[in-house]
Amino acid sequence: MKAAQGITSRAHPLWLAYMLHRLSGLGLALFLPFHFWVLSMAMTDPARLDGFLRLTDTGLVKLVEFGLVFLLAVHLFGGLRLIAMEWLPWSAPQKTLAASVAALSFLIAALFFMKAI
Amino acid sequence: MKSDILKVTIERGADRRDVFEVPAYDNQTVLDVVSWVQQNTDPTLSYRFACRVGMCGSCAMMVNGVPRWTCRTHISKVLDGNAVTIGPLRNLPVIKDLAVDMDPFFDKWVAAEGVHHGGLTRDDPIAPVDQTSPARVEANAGIECINCSVCYAACDTVAGNPDYLGPAALQRAWSLLNDAKDEGRSAILEAVSGSDGCHNCHSMGSCTTYCPNELDPMSAIAGLKRETAKSFFKRGR
Repeated sequence: MKAAQGITSRAHPLWLAYMLHRLSGLGLALFLPFHFWVLSMAMTDPARLDGFLRLTDTGLVKLVEFGLVFLLAVHLFGGLRLIAMEWLPWSAPQKTLAASVAALSFLIAALFFMKAI
Repeated sequence: MKSDILKVTIERGADRRDVFEVPAYDNQTVLDVVSWVQQNTDPTLSYRFACRVGMCGSCAMMVNGVPRWTCRTHISKVLDGNAVTIGPLRNLPVIKDLAVDMDPFFDKWVAAEGVHHGGLTRDDPIAPVDQTSPARVEANAGIECINCSVCYAACDTVAGNPDYLGPAALQRAWSLLNDAKDEGRSAILEAVSGSDGCHNCHSMGSCTTYCPNELDPMSAIAGLKRETAKSFFKRGR
């Protein structure tokens, strides 16, 4: 309970952004060896690779893939946020503007994406 | 619902938590509550304060897990029902009860070259300072620090690496780096670029979130990161 209390006391947006960045990075790092292992089957065992690729048609794996894309997107934006925050001496209104523009372009891109599928 | 009696838990050492009942008043700070306990219930309770008006930076404590300046924190803002838990500042050795040893905090202030590096003597004319220059604006942003160690207690990086210089010392270094009257540029950059310096910061932002004077140590540290990186690449050329 003490640990949980410690986390709520620190759960402000910047800290949560930091946590999300770290956890998504950890998730991706754990996924990558598996990813390369499956890819390597193209060279070593194509039949087994095809088996794995058929697996990606099932609902559960599609859901997991969504999670993967989410992790990747979150980690990418987390990194861009960090680079902008540490390397560009922006004022607070400039930061707000940049975040709004990023959110807006993300929204527009998502709309186009949804039209495409 | 307003209660007339506050249930105040005070952490005294690793395993000891004492619960006190304190009468509630209309205008009552967390420091008032601690003082009431010491004056009326337990005279052995140790804590530290001096000015009571948010100038001296000596009364910071953990209040419900958050570092705060207790003299300027109204108890009604932090009460959970009618209960509150008060402990010594995080990341610093406890001397007794709510009094912590501030030495590591001040030692790092010096280790980050947070001292004046003068280049002139008393016989030289006073150098003019342009209040509107970008460097002076950066320097001014951090000079209201009262050394209360709230940022230091809030920082998870300090918790993970006890040798990390911490937000307050690094913010001071950034102020001096931008001060036209300070000539310690290379000494400061050297001091803050080590393994326990500014590049330790993970930009979690707890320092900036909890600074009672609304300063922004996280951005100051980002400034140091830029300057140390620039100086590194220039040296390589």
